[in-house]
Amino acid sequence: MSAGLFDKYSSLKRNYDSLMAASPRNPFGVVIECPLSATVGIIEGRETLLFGTNNYLGLSQSKMARDAAIHTAETMGVGTTGSRIANGTFGLHQKLEQALAGVFHKKHAMVFSTGYQANLGTISALVNKDDTLFLDADSHASIYDGARLSGAQVIRFRHNDPVDLEKRIARTDKTPGARLIIAEGIYSMTGNIAPLDKFVEVKKRHNVPLMVDEAHSFGVLGDHGRGVAEMQGCEKDIDFIVGTFSKSLGTVGGYCVTDHDEIDLMRLCSRPYMFTASLPPEIIAATLAALEEIKNRPELRQKLQDNAARLHHGFKSVGLNTSNFISPVIAVTLENIPQAITFWNALLDAGVYVNLSLPPATPDNRPLLRCSVMAAHSTEEIDQAVETFGVIAKKLNLV
Amino acid sequence: MTDSVADISHLILQKLLENPKVPRDISGDSRIVEDLAFDSLAVMNFVMEIEDTLDVSVPLDKLADIRTINDLAVCLHGIKAEQA
Repeated sequence: MSAGLFDKYSSLKRNYDSLMAASPRNPFGVVIECPLSATVGIIEGRETLLFGTNNYLGLSQSKMARDAAIHTAETMGVGTTGSRIANGTFGLHQKLEQALAGVFHKKHAMVFSTGYQANLGTISALVNKDDTLFLDADSHASIYDGARLSGAQVIRFRHNDPVDLEKRIARTDKTPGARLIIAEGIYSMTGNIAPLDKFVEVKKRHNVPLMVDEAHSFGVLGDHGRGVAEMQGCEKDIDFIVGTFSKSLGTVGGYCVTDHDEIDLMRLCSRPYMFTASLPPEIIAATLAALEEIKNRPELRQKLQDNAARLHHGFKSVGLNTSNFISPVIAVTLENIPQAITFWNALLDAGVYVNLSLPPATPDNRPLLRCSVMAAHSTEEIDQAVETFGVIAKKLNLV
Repeated sequence: MTDSVADISHLILQKLLENPKVPRDISGDSRIVEDLAFDSLAVMNFVMEIEDTLDVSVPLDKLADIRTINDLAVCLHGIKAEQA
């Protein structure tokens, strides 16, 4: 008798059932009934501080972006009903691509319907089964999935380790086929920042192009908010920069910017670009407005840095285990899953929402309470979050 | 030297036994996921350690067909021969 469709998930079901037995609520089913502002939302009928939204600059609630979206929806409608290579390219899509290229000082930009698709679409357009990819071991799922879609040979290198990368690249120096290195700016689970300037030295020595995903660092790091590559002074040596609109820009969508003139060929062989509906015009308009805000309001980045440092320092001062990087993603590492489930539920009961991240989605098999800081957080809100974490950690004998 | 499949299999077993959580009674026929309770991330991270010892790189797609420790040894032996 052939197996049932869901038989293969028996082990997943066991783990899910035991998680649900241990947790009074479903950690993957939290509903924000209504956001009241960038930092406060209604969850389970109560006002809750939001520390897990990736809305780093608070621009999901930007008045400029909302007004632009409303005006565009009223004048252009709410959807394109087509893919970019058919009827789904409006003038606004091209305007956004030009704006992004301008922001990054690159010649070209390509806009995708989500950040996930930006990685899938860029990677699968750049490499195929005859090529080799070098991925940071802690890469986001969208990078692994893009690699899989491409069919390229995938070689992982140790997280943030340029020496290990070089060793693995050197083993393939005589291999036929193209090669591509992929790293991220800020790693989404831990907030670790990549040594992109060191990766650039490796890529130059071995003549291998470098693609960087600045999803969590665009709008956040660098003097102009262009990310880790700007902060480390190596932007011109990054061949492809990929990112998302759904973090600091507060909307949805993704992009790839590059100086390579072959970008129009990429548009013709990137299936995640070609075979999906393009972004609706009101989203493009809101994203353009948010880009302007990032350009014109550098004080948002400064406030975000100050807030990140305050939360990071606060967590360290109450004895919690966090990464040493100060970035808007600050994860508290715990030792086991039951501990993490209890802690996470106690935080939500006390009115603080953060993300519960469980292995194997975490780097070293330990669970994380992942917090994302916003420029919109007040110092009082940050202090309240730190105090709540500290009280619960003490109650659970963790500090 | 760790040239033969048997040598590589022995090396893998030694490395695995350095981890106190791994059952003591493993052999070349032990299944990595089922018998050692490794998840996909643990498998990839363990292979990274072996790669360093043997100075080879194992592309991820090769791991998809590996079930047992001996399968992994055969795979590593093949890649080492290709890279020689």
